[in-house]
Amino acid sequence: MKQRNLFLAFFRVGMLGYGGGPSSIPLVHKEVVEKYKWMNDDEFADVLALGNSLPGPIATKMAGYIGYRVAGIFGMINAVLATIVPTIAIMILLLTSLTFVKDEPWVAGMTKAVVPVVGVMLAVLTLDFTKKAEKNLGWLKTIAFIVLSFLLIQWLNIHPGIVIGALLLYALLAPIQEVKEQKKHEKGQSV
Amino acid sequence: MEKLWEIFLAFFIPGIVGYGGGPASIPLVKNEVITRYEWLTVTEFSEMLALANSLPGPIATKMAGYIGYLEGGVLGSIVGVFATVAPSLILMVVLLSVLYKFKDSPKVKKMTALIRPTIAILLGLMAYEFFQQSYEGAGLWQTIFLVVVSYVLMQKVKVHPAFVILGSLVYGAVFLA
Repeated sequence: MKQRNLFLAFFRVGMLGYGGGPSSIPLVHKEVVEKYKWMNDDEFADVLALGNSLPGPIATKMAGYIGYRVAGIFGMINAVLATIVPTIAIMILLLTSLTFVKDEPWVAGMTKAVVPVVGVMLAVLTLDFTKKAEKNLGWLKTIAFIVLSFLLIQWLNIHPGIVIGALLLYALLAPIQEVKEQKKHEKGQSV
Repeated sequence: MEKLWEIFLAFFIPGIVGYGGGPASIPLVKNEVITRYEWLTVTEFSEMLALANSLPGPIATKMAGYIGYLEGGVLGSIVGVFATVAPSLILMVVLLSVLYKFKDSPKVKKMTALIRPTIAILLGLMAYEFFQQSYEGAGLWQTIFLVVVSYVLMQKVKVHPAFVILGSLVYGAVFLA
């Protein structure tokens, strides 16, 4: 049942994701977090963060890891195949026998109309993540981090992987305040 | 055998150097396939890319699958896709499994909290790129119309995105052709 759901979820993602792997991000979120509830938003954000900081195509990294989490190695293979095999098959079929299709104006029209829809899905996901960041960090820090990441990525052209890597390293190395305060508190009690 | 090894290398390198998802690896694949191995001409490559872009699904694996098939048949296709997908996926599974193991540690919680604004900005920039692309392809009014209608359907009426995307495909085939 799990394998069947994995296959269906990532088959839909693969067949509906127009515009390459990144356009499948909101579709994966829809299937994995909202429909099947295999992971929550926190975990999805981690998957996305690490996926973005590692090289290689994003769609198969997400499919592979989520498949692995849900149903082990076989789940991983299943999810990756469901994402890529149908579209590769169509591609080979079209290019070896029906080359004329890509010149048809209605094919171009289909692609044009899907692009803004994916844009809306990504914008909605952006808002979701901003709201969730606010819950954890508060408005001040959230806005500060958003402006900072924007400047680094968009203006200084620093690769997002490096920005995310630096943040992860900072979180790992910087001391944690809550824990410290708790220790002080415990010390105070014992004295 | 020699051929399969070449196919593996041709897609292993873009897969492991290509930061920023599949589309970022297009120029790298182009370099391997046209310049290094001379499997395709520039025109053939552009034609393949045009078709790949009008089909759904991740772009990197479509290129690897098709070029692998041209050069080495079904086995070549499998080798090309494996070289594209496997290296970074294995890295991802190992790193995330470690992270998941320590998910209750305060440091890992802090990591998750700190990267969220950056993820938001990355998604926001991607959304902007898609709107920009739509503005260039379909024009301002079509873009506004499609954005408003798809937003209302997905967020207010709660229609599953699959149906909205299928609807937009039909709309595009009829009105944007």
